[in-house]
Amino acid sequence: MTQSIVVQVGQCGNQVGCRFWDLALREHASVNKKGIYDEALNSFFRNVDTRGGVDGADVSSGKICSLKARAVLIDMEEGVVNELLQGPLQEVFDTKQLITDVSGSGNNWAVGHNVYGSQYRDQILEKLRKTAEHCDCLQCFFVIHSMGGGTGSGLGTFVLKVLEDDFPEVHRFVTSVYPSAEDDVITSPYNSVLAMKELTEHADCVLPIENQALVDIVNKINQMASSGKLGASMKLSSTVTSGHGGIKTQEKPFDAMNNIVANLLLNLTSSARFEGSLNMDLNEITMNLVPFPRLHYLVSSLTPLYTLADVNVPPRRLQPSLSFISWNQEGWKTALCSVPPVGHSHSLLAVANNTCVKPTFIELKDRFVKLYRKKAHLHHYLQIDGMEQSCFTEAFNSLTSLIEEYDKLDATKGSLADAPRLSIAV
Amino acid sequence: MSVVTVQLGQCGNQIGGELFDVVANDSSTTQGLCTKKENESYQACCQERFFREEQSGLQVARALLIDMEPKVISQTLLKAVKSGKWKYGEKSYFCQKQGSGNNWADGFCARGPRHTDVLMNMIQHEVEKCEHMGGFFTLMSMAGGTGSGLGTYITQCLRDAYPKSFFLNEVIWPYGTGEVIVQNYNSVLTLSHLYQSADALLVHENDTVHKICAQLMGLKHISFKDVNQVIAHQLGGVLQPAYSSVGATAYGQNPVGNLLESLSPHPEYKLISIFNIPQMAEASLAYSAFTWPGLLKHLRQMLIASSKMEEGINWQVRPPPAGLPSEAKQSPNKQVHFNSSVANLIVLRGKDVDAADTACFKDSALYTSWIPPHVALNVWRTCRPFNKYEKSATLVSNSQCLLKPLDSVVRKAWNMFASK
Repeated sequence: MTQSIVVQVGQCGNQVGCRFWDLALREHASVNKKGIYDEALNSFFRNVDTRGGVDGADVSSGKICSLKARAVLIDMEEGVVNELLQGPLQEVFDTKQLITDVSGSGNNWAVGHNVYGSQYRDQILEKLRKTAEHCDCLQCFFVIHSMGGGTGSGLGTFVLKVLEDDFPEVHRFVTSVYPSAEDDVITSPYNSVLAMKELTEHADCVLPIENQALVDIVNKINQMASSGKLGASMKLSSTVTSGHGGIKTQEKPFDAMNNIVANLLLNLTSSARFEGSLNMDLNEITMNLVPFPRLHYLVSSLTPLYTLADVNVPPRRLQPSLSFISWNQEGWKTALCSVPPVGHSHSLLAVANNTCVKPTFIELKDRFVKLYRKKAHLHHYLQIDGMEQSCFTEAFNSLTSLIEEYDKLDATKGSLADAPRLSIAV
Repeated sequence: MSVVTVQLGQCGNQIGGELFDVVANDSSTTQGLCTKKENESYQACCQERFFREEQSGLQVARALLIDMEPKVISQTLLKAVKSGKWKYGEKSYFCQKQGSGNNWADGFCARGPRHTDVLMNMIQHEVEKCEHMGGFFTLMSMAGGTGSGLGTYITQCLRDAYPKSFFLNEVIWPYGTGEVIVQNYNSVLTLSHLYQSADALLVHENDTVHKICAQLMGLKHISFKDVNQVIAHQLGGVLQPAYSSVGATAYGQNPVGNLLESLSPHPEYKLISIFNIPQMAEASLAYSAFTWPGLLKHLRQMLIASSKMEEGINWQVRPPPAGLPSEAKQSPNKQVHFNSSVANLIVLRGKDVDAADTACFKDSALYTSWIPPHVALNVWRTCRPFNKYEKSATLVSNSQCLLKPLDSVVRKAWNMFASK
């Protein structure tokens, strides 16, 4: 069984991460009634014998002693991480897995990437190595961060490069939260575009999440819940936004949205953790869904969002009504897992490498251009060591060429002609 | 003689588990439809072919389980033990921590060479436990990474290590609408390599078996378990003991060798498929009665029209008139081609089997011009019924029926490759 390590960077990354660990514990608790430390738990948790003090040895089988998350938490200001450590999840984290600083990155990608990057590189590497040593077969890193801020986007992408250099064989899955149009951080377009360049070059696979989409989902669910008849029959604890049954008791504002992301990650890894009739390992995701190395942006959708009590939803085979690229007419990769998520009898996660990411990128590019044309807020970045205007133009060009590549694929949609076949010399 | 089964990858291991289940169950149920002596002889032969005895008295399958990740193997081992009738050997499995990621190259070029010694040792151990070694039967899928890549590599190694043994490779063709996006690449690479090292490639297509489950077995929600059970039933129909010649007093001792002898007259023609009749839900068996003429007539048309099911056969397809080569025949319906065979083997099991008349299969119109029908057709019989079917007929055919799916796979792989 392979292990995965979660690297959470910045406020958003850590808050989403916190929901992820809570829900992961909830899921394993509902499957693993006997409290035995099994293979599925092994992929995300260590089982530590804490009798010998905090630095206990790993116990590889038998009853659960104390579960520790395979995670590294990084934030340049202490508030979020401290709250996590004082909350109900404190037992799951090791203080040795944290890297914090005091003052934060000031929503500045350059501060996160260049200043804190160089300052904390060795520490970060050491913590990662330590965590990796506890894994006997490390398969991938999950990096969770946001694109709009300073730490998550700057230091997060710096960590990505470190992972690529020092753990080249381990897959890097990045969950990036993209800012919505009404984002409250003015410099988010700069941060996002600068981070995009790093993602395109150093990540194996990116799952972009738009805050706007999360807000829409939450609103839809709330609407369903409060609207009369249908609302009454909806099982509130089963919604994809609910943290019901987890450790945390009080729900905070972004929790509903973060729960959705956490559920996405759990569903993605479910086939690798639990048994099924058609298993899918995480390396199969990259293998099947990334046709060209730069085009690794995978859009995800999850269903059901909520379960209606007393309604039996029969599973049906997927009806292909999407237009596929001409050279891969039936581009489906299927995985079947026998263990359903908590509160549902079955669920479907669809991850697609789809040119619909193009509008998102184009919007991002437009917001960037609006600011950059006036050189607004640029001096904050340029006064950092190692930042020059060329960094901005390079990042902008990287994004533009990515959009062009997706454009080209859109253009080939119509042509169905088969390529001429090789003729065999007799 | 014994057959050593090598189960590769998730698909191979899952089907292997079902196959041994079918064989063990069939062997242990007494039908009361044949003499006790006959039954005992059948059981003994089946026992030696697929199992060996251990001190505990429980039958141990002559099989090896190979996969790159542990989940499927542990499930398969557990399921066997639960059956109470048989189990796998203590040291008969090999697995690693991380799968091949649907990557044929990973299985063939990386994992294969890395683990050759361990795997060959393990296989040799099992082979040494056979008193008379009859050949290898490998189970794998074409779409994935381990079964296809590592499976192909191991077959090559085995061929080098046991040059005089017979090799029958069971290959599972993936669903056309995709289980794995790169399945066409993996399939093309597997087939081209296996064609060099295997003696024959027995193919089952997931799509076809799925249809059998839906239409003939009446299953509403078809899972891979159902598909695997149908495949296992068909394989059992071929591999279980039968008399390979008229007037033989002992069951055919060389199953794989005899099969290959019947079906591979020419080294360039190795693709074999199975047509099985009847196929139905177990609950309906008690209410059905079949006659040999009826079964064989349907079977013949299934062969000619390349239809794997007895429902929905195209009865319009006819063999070309004698004297004309089949290429010259202009069929009014261009879609359905007449399926020309190189060789056919029919295995008949059940009541009154000696009365069954297979003359309709001796028609020279069914075969290519360079092989005379009396050589191209072989018939094996046993009055011992198989798997609760009072009468059953299995046709193992070396014919053109795999051409269309093969062409489709190559076309898709080429389109993907040639696109940029």
